[in-house]
Amino acid sequence: MDFNDTAQEAEFRAKARAWLGNNAERKAPGKVYKHKRGEPELIPAARAWEARKFEGGFAGIALPREYGGRGETRLQQIIFAEEEANFLIPPAVFSISHGMAVPTMLTYATEEQKQRYVPATLRGDEIWCQLFSEPAGGSDLAGLRTRSVRDGDDWVINGQKIWTSGAHYADMAILVTRSDPEAPKHKGLTYFFFDMKSPGIEVRPIRQISGYANFNEVFMTDLRIPDSQRLGDVGQGWQVAITTLMNERVSSGVRPPPDFDDIFDLVRMTEFENGPAIADGAVREKLADWYIKAQGVKLIRARLMTALSRGERPGPENSISKLVSSFRRQEIAHFGMDLLDMGGGMTDPEKAPMRAMYQQALLDAPGGRIAAGSDEILRNIISERVLGLPPDIRVDKELPFDQLPSGS
Amino acid sequence: MNFDFSEEQYLLRDQAKRFLGDRSTSAAVRAVLEDDAVSFDEGLWRGMAELGWIGTAIPEEYGGAGLSGEDLCVIAEELGRSLAPTPFSSSVYMAAEALLMTGSEDQKQEYLPALAMGERIGCMAVAEGIGLADPASAKTHVRAGLIEGMKVPVADGDVADFAIVLANTASGSDPSLFLVDLDGDEVSRKPVEMIDPTRSHAEITFAGAAAKPLGEPGQGWMITRAVFDRAAILMAFEQVGGAQACLDMAAEYARNRFAFGRAIGSYQAIKHKLADIYVATELARANAYYGAWALAVDAPDLPTAAAAARVAASEAYNLAARENIQTHGGMGFTWEFDCHLYYRRAKLLSLALGGERLWKDRLVSQLEASNSINKNSWGEE
Repeated sequence: MDFNDTAQEAEFRAKARAWLGNNAERKAPGKVYKHKRGEPELIPAARAWEARKFEGGFAGIALPREYGGRGETRLQQIIFAEEEANFLIPPAVFSISHGMAVPTMLTYATEEQKQRYVPATLRGDEIWCQLFSEPAGGSDLAGLRTRSVRDGDDWVINGQKIWTSGAHYADMAILVTRSDPEAPKHKGLTYFFFDMKSPGIEVRPIRQISGYANFNEVFMTDLRIPDSQRLGDVGQGWQVAITTLMNERVSSGVRPPPDFDDIFDLVRMTEFENGPAIADGAVREKLADWYIKAQGVKLIRARLMTALSRGERPGPENSISKLVSSFRRQEIAHFGMDLLDMGGGMTDPEKAPMRAMYQQALLDAPGGRIAAGSDEILRNIISERVLGLPPDIRVDKELPFDQLPSGS
Repeated sequence: MNFDFSEEQYLLRDQAKRFLGDRSTSAAVRAVLEDDAVSFDEGLWRGMAELGWIGTAIPEEYGGAGLSGEDLCVIAEELGRSLAPTPFSSSVYMAAEALLMTGSEDQKQEYLPALAMGERIGCMAVAEGIGLADPASAKTHVRAGLIEGMKVPVADGDVADFAIVLANTASGSDPSLFLVDLDGDEVSRKPVEMIDPTRSHAEITFAGAAAKPLGEPGQGWMITRAVFDRAAILMAFEQVGGAQACLDMAAEYARNRFAFGRAIGSYQAIKHKLADIYVATELARANAYYGAWALAVDAPDLPTAAAAARVAASEAYNLAARENIQTHGGMGFTWEFDCHLYYRRAKLLSLALGGERLWKDRLVSQLEASNSINKNSWGEE
């Protein structure tokens, strides 16, 4: 075992670190990026940051050169992301564009479309959103009902999507629709991409319990998409969607705070009625439990990097990490507020420690356990794909979609 | 970055898996479980000695193979998986480590070559009954080179040839460690019934046996803790191996046992339970791997790595063993099924070097010592 970079990895890391040092501000205790998620100013700032990385040679690190990438390895891409995480940069605006839309386009789009869209996305000119989930199809994605009907060279789309991150500022979208309601649910789907400025699109923000509106409902009324913007064959939309989702599960890595280090600091600054909080047995027990999980997730990531450096496919690492981390964040948020006792309910960033990080996390955490693979779906994935347990008995696989019970 | 064992280490693992699969079978483990007169599987122990496993991490000049702690971890995982009923942990993780860490050249020459061959067995005697084994409560003492007192439970104390004993001295200073040969008349031993009868334990009474100082006087507790840290990493691999065996058993049973017209593994109540065991085991494995690396390079944060590996592995194994029984339903709590062998071993291992509460406390103490507080966490600039 060896936790050090190889000479080549170290050289790349040094290069990335130097470039970031010249182009962004390093993180420091108590400092946060100037624009929060949800602020309109974040979007142009995020575009500008992508453009700067593109010019600096750090965009699309593991993507082919002919589409604006750098033709380097996945490992280098992860090394850059690790280094980037030490700087104050715009959060998460391009994660769907890079993690989901680009890999899907590279797999299924025509040569001309790849030339047209991939470099533009890497340069920060185009932001993508993902129109997958529906009121009747969240974890059960293949239960979606948005209809696509062929009309000459076009398809006409009618329906509603929900939980669409960034639909209110996205330029482009990837979309799964039902083209054949009489086929079994996984076989009647067709996949497209289109311009969000097309007529027939209405975006309504969804206000979350955190007060922010990161997600939207998207209504499509007689939206026309040219058949040339279909990705994959008619009826093959499920296979294309799987490509998109596989990339989602390897793309995210950085988790939002608070984590172990934050709560450890808070504990050490807190006094209980009979002495320092850190001396309390119940507190120490919780700290130990959180530490082994935080450290375990960090080390499992090291295992992922080892696999990538050997050119092996990643395993279930990201499912483990997400399952463990999103639940731990909720626990830590609860406990952090408990430590603040009667004052813990204050959300005023001037009064609550870390600009109300714990209070904000308490309200954000429930969504973290549901979005991008709920706790329950992740446990199903682990038990079926890793442990080889049989799938649940399905009543919906063979029946025509329009004959399935829907509960409504 | 290479967070994995080497190709040679994988070959060693395959060899261990094959050998133990043949020799440390359920029948072999039960032979020790069910016969009070049998303390360990002597044939298995000899086989392990012939393969050179006992001396894996003992330097060549003392008759070992001179490999690293990582290699020992690979073997430990397989020993845990197969419940191998041998004094490996006492002789190798404890006695050999203590001698290597602190023994004089003469002591190493005297004890290690025979230990490496499996001809002599060593053990470590710290606990004196119920409760915390701390230096303040140790009543065993040494005067003029003779030891008196009682140690219980001592893992493999009934079969060991020598013990490393924590004892106080007349000078009233902190306790020291002593090497005591166990075959003399001044030592009496009797077996103690334990939660896991596949690992023998004894009560040892010393009535004036010769005790040779091991390591610096007054440093006994410090050395014991250092030995326990290293042992915790090796034992974590046994625990991970055991947890994985429970998970494999439970998954296999869930795939094949039908109820209400379908495999019980198709119910989410079972699926999610097993997914949670898998996650706990992988977290423990990751922490244990880090410990293996710390062991091999003698990393400065070895005590932190050891405590994290121990806490994670104890939790994972106890969870896996408990829920494996639950998954098996009624058959799970029969004597006939092997579930209880793991349930017993899981609990025993999580107590062997001190319980979970102690190690969680130790982990946080290590973190306190190694992390300076971040003054700006309140958000003030």
